[in-house]
Amino acid sequence: MEALNDIIKKCNELAFDLNFTRAKEWKKQDNSRVLVGYMPIYFPREIVHAANGLAVGILGGGDKKQIIKGDAYYQSYVCHMPRGIVELVLDNHLEDFDGFIFPSICDVIRNLSGMFQLFGKGKFVKYMDFPQNFLPEVGGEFYKSELQHILNEIKKINNIEVTPERLQKSIDLFNKNRKLTEEIYNIRSEFPWRITAADIYNIVRAGFVIPVEEHNDILEEVVNLLKVENGEPHDKIRVLVIGAFCEQPPLSLIKTIELAGCYIIEDDFLLGSRWIKGDINTTKYSPLDSIVRAYLEQSTFSSSVYDVDNPKEGRLLTQLKERNVDGIIFAAPSFCDPALLDHPILQKACDDNNVRYISFLYSENTGQFKVIKEQVGTFSDSIKLWA
Amino acid sequence: MSKSVSKEKSMIIQKEMIAGLLKELGNAKETGKKVVYTFVPGNISELILAFDMLPVYPEINALQSGMRKKSEGFILDAEKLGHSEDVCTYVKCDVGMMINGNIGPSGEKIPAPDLLLLSYTGCFTFMKWFETLKRLYPNVPVALLHTPYQEGHKITPEMTQYMVKQLKEEVIPKMEKVSGNKYDEEKLKKILANSSKVEETIIKIFDTTKNRPSPIDAYFAGVYYIGPINNGFRGTPEAIDYYNELYKEIMDRVHNGLGPITPEGEMEKERFRLVVEGPPNWTHFREFWKLFYDMGAVIVASSYTKVGGVYDMGFRVNPDKPLESLADYCMNCYTNLNLEQRVELLSKCITDYHADGFLVNSIKSCNSFSAGQLMIMQQLERRLEIPVGFIESDLVDPRYFSYANIKNRLESFFQMLEQRKLILE
Repeated sequence: MEALNDIIKKCNELAFDLNFTRAKEWKKQDNSRVLVGYMPIYFPREIVHAANGLAVGILGGGDKKQIIKGDAYYQSYVCHMPRGIVELVLDNHLEDFDGFIFPSICDVIRNLSGMFQLFGKGKFVKYMDFPQNFLPEVGGEFYKSELQHILNEIKKINNIEVTPERLQKSIDLFNKNRKLTEEIYNIRSEFPWRITAADIYNIVRAGFVIPVEEHNDILEEVVNLLKVENGEPHDKIRVLVIGAFCEQPPLSLIKTIELAGCYIIEDDFLLGSRWIKGDINTTKYSPLDSIVRAYLEQSTFSSSVYDVDNPKEGRLLTQLKERNVDGIIFAAPSFCDPALLDHPILQKACDDNNVRYISFLYSENTGQFKVIKEQVGTFSDSIKLWA
Repeated sequence: MSKSVSKEKSMIIQKEMIAGLLKELGNAKETGKKVVYTFVPGNISELILAFDMLPVYPEINALQSGMRKKSEGFILDAEKLGHSEDVCTYVKCDVGMMINGNIGPSGEKIPAPDLLLLSYTGCFTFMKWFETLKRLYPNVPVALLHTPYQEGHKITPEMTQYMVKQLKEEVIPKMEKVSGNKYDEEKLKKILANSSKVEETIIKIFDTTKNRPSPIDAYFAGVYYIGPINNGFRGTPEAIDYYNELYKEIMDRVHNGLGPITPEGEMEKERFRLVVEGPPNWTHFREFWKLFYDMGAVIVASSYTKVGGVYDMGFRVNPDKPLESLADYCMNCYTNLNLEQRVELLSKCITDYHADGFLVNSIKSCNSFSAGQLMIMQQLERRLEIPVGFIESDLVDPRYFSYANIKNRLESFFQMLEQRKLILE
């Protein structure tokens, strides 16, 4: 599987390139191109693509960047990711970016948008207030105005009018991207020995920093390679990891979970790339309205979304059943309010339904995994022995 | 703490108002009055009152539990259910209180909600809090009012429109169903007209700190002053009377050249004038206040007293546009302002009230306030060349109040202020 290994190596380099070299090269090839950075979770990249832009995921410094200046901006009890992002700003990693989008994830990210405004970075800074009301004529209208606001900002920079045709083309490309990503997860679910969770992570994360056309080529090649048997099953339990939707776990943490006797069959890493379930259908509404409808009606569940009428517990249990999972690992970043406030609710659902689970915290720069490995190993053994 | 707390007439009035509300809540099931749980920032209490319903504010229960030394046990009980040490301690305190029979801080049983009104501004955690409450009260409807953040330094027509639509499509129909009463816009307008009068008086009250000595402490006493508008009395005639009486008392102090009244007695010499950002610590409130009293430090403005509404920059409710007005009120609460607006507001307070220094009390479990405070400090220090100080505590978790650490830091800060005064002289 040399070809697959080469792809994974290339994706790893792209995904963790904190200088965003490929994105900046892409921009230099055409004066009308723009780079728009966005913070974790979902953002409809289609609209930036249609405006001749590249939406680039900024996921923090991870364990690749020593944080010195960023610590001066956040108290010790604030999660790690925003300080990594501030370090990237102050070390000029985000030069050449034209704008920044901050999706409504939590209070920390909301206030980080204000910090970017005070830093004076980019030609625009937009806090993307995703509606928590899901009625098309209420939350949908508001969301559409938020998207239009971003399109207006980009137009001020490159004077490109986003026509329905342009947007349709972009939606098609991202539909393909989501479909291929889901296919990889499906293959992984059926044949988890063919590719590791860490390798999938590298492949998906590369898509956050390169043009979607290039990423689609990579995904297509990966799907084709994974259709061929390339190994044999190990005696591991099948787990779902949840809580990591925003601040990303270090790659070594993902590897540690698998080395400790688990196959990560399902997760919420890099959730934004899989946020919309299924294709964005443009047959009933205009392309922009279709993007709005997809958010209202096809979003996955996340701690950043209001959830009382469509309970997350039920959807987690359904996912568990569909993926034939043996247990759940609740892994959230330290001080992550949304994820941590969800855990008691989700854990109660596990208790009520005899679902086995464990729970631990991490930071994007966690470097010691021995305790986690022992905990996960014990979890795995207990399921293998007693389930 | 040898002296007893000194009580002014307005404090007695307020105590009676709150006691009356608690009594009404205690009898709610007998009288058939419906009970609405909601939050302080963006509290659209006028609308609740327009439907003849009674409001309950979970975070006020939590802070009262903290002041009465009951919060630690509640927090530990919530943590046993899986709540993290890292998250908002208001949430954990209330969850603990509810699973222990929902006996309120003053001993009365708080009635279960008939409606959960999730109107929140500037605090994402509130949304998660009500998801938790929904699991505790599964048959109770939730009405959501999502308030857009003032990310672009202004309220756009789209933002107001979004909120008004939510009020019309989501909030009001649920209130009608729960209360059994039809929406009466004329009634709401009358209630809002009262709110408008109160807003004017509140501005005048907090503006009295322009005087030297300042007749009030706008942080420690300030949280009492905002009690009625944040605790169910927005838009009531009682609130008008209370604030008029309070203003009269304060003006008497101004005319007599007196400083603020504190639990330790009257502040006789005003040595330092401060602006404070962030909520106070509730579990050690009196000790905390005394640290400032002992230093002769008076707080001439605080951001926390604006958490339930910012009127300093000119906002007033407009009874002629009731729903738009409620929407704009919600969007104008302090933590719904972006960081630059917060810097501008604090900067205005420091300048207008002639503060000697700026202090942050950073709350461990409140990122709505805390995330970005260090940048606010940097900005103010740079723009105004004013000394800034920083202390840390928590809302209602006594495990995070370190008296010695706070005292040390405050002493250093006050030394800095003293030296600056000497240099300026």
